[in-house]
Amino acid sequence: MSWSKDDMVRRAAAELEDGQVVNLGIGMPTEVANHLPAGVNVTLHSENGLLGMGPFPYDDEVDPQVINAGKQTVTVLPGGSVFDSALSFAMIRGGHVDMAVLGGLEVACNGDLANWTVPGKMTTGMGGAMDLAAGARRLVVLQTHVAKDGKSKLVPSLGLPATALRCVHRVITELGVFDPAGDHFVCVEKAPGVGEEEIRKGTAAPVVFR
Amino acid sequence: MKTKVRADAREALAGMRDGMRLMAGGFGLSGNAEHCIEEIARRGLKDLTIISNNCGNQGQGLAVLLKQRQIRKVICSFIGGNPDLAEQYAAGTVEVELNPQGTLAERIRAGGAGIGGFYTPTGVGTVVAEGKEVRELDGKPYLLERPLRADYAIVRAAVGDPDGNLRFYRTARSFNPVVATAAEVTVAEVDRLVGRGELDPDDIHLPGIFVHHIFEARTHKNPIEFRTTRKRP
Repeated sequence: MSWSKDDMVRRAAAELEDGQVVNLGIGMPTEVANHLPAGVNVTLHSENGLLGMGPFPYDDEVDPQVINAGKQTVTVLPGGSVFDSALSFAMIRGGHVDMAVLGGLEVACNGDLANWTVPGKMTTGMGGAMDLAAGARRLVVLQTHVAKDGKSKLVPSLGLPATALRCVHRVITELGVFDPAGDHFVCVEKAPGVGEEEIRKGTAAPVVFR
Repeated sequence: MKTKVRADAREALAGMRDGMRLMAGGFGLSGNAEHCIEEIARRGLKDLTIISNNCGNQGQGLAVLLKQRQIRKVICSFIGGNPDLAEQYAAGTVEVELNPQGTLAERIRAGGAGIGGFYTPTGVGTVVAEGKEVRELDGKPYLLERPLRADYAIVRAAVGDPDGNLRFYRTARSFNPVVATAAEVTVAEVDRLVGRGELDPDDIHLPGIFVHHIFEARTHKNPIEFRTTRKRP
């Protein structure tokens, strides 16, 4: 039994440490905020200019001028602050954001990440992905292990256009937890019931088990 | 002293011409200078280059200028959620220069601050690096990025005064303060215009030195792109 999406999100949430400043990417990474372990309090950074982002508002609290980077309505927690885009990215580039959790399309075993565009498809643009990948102190990627067409997304070298080089510290997939280690991945945890053979089969790069 | 206060967007933007470079503040449809955009649409100004994070979204905001074929080039970071830009980019009728969002913000900041360029780690080893100098500093590769400036900037603020001092509101701040610094002429559209001295000097987010024209617009659409809520327990 591999991990469900909820399990993956919960496993990613376990990466967060109390007191950290964390930026969560659009999609599955956003849900990490809803699964924080007890006793772990983090400050959420949203790159459009918000520190101390709170949950979605109640219906009668909605403010069109309080949004996150995914343009969803959110709230500001007590102690939160707002600022302009240049200062927001100074926080990211300057190494003040402890961790980013982003989605991925491909991760290479040297830590290169591709997650912003697929040749031949209409691009959405990179938004803040390149800045976050290059600037966050620790980068955790949350993605499926194998693409819908059966191709592995943990690869020896990127086939897709890069977002940033040597930036990924950890990848969490439905099969387990993997750390890029140069010319191979180190599997630091297997999802319950997932065997080494299944992981080797789904991983295009070499894997070492710990 | 000549006043910076104008009656409306029409008066504030009277000097705008075809072919100009326009910077617009905001993020998605939040923090947009809506009345300025309407005025540029009404005048049908053509061949514009837009510098903006999104260039509108969901057919609204600056996307109205795309629909009216007023835009020649867009310098932005994100196209997602903007079908008008995606279509015209794919058709080759609008040129798009994609920038990482932080690089876009910093290029604008540099433009306003008289910086000739800066070295950033963002974009090294990606398509963004094509044709740009890569320099190793303290053992780490950086990319040379150049400043951005514009002929006009349109910004939205919550409060302004006759000296052009501005105060923003929540995440409607985003790109507004930086674009205000980087244009020959900056037009500020404020929800509320107060008298001189009514804004405390310590509470001013953007000093009036960067603002050339200011007008009050009491009503805004403030569209919501994704209304996300939770239930009361």
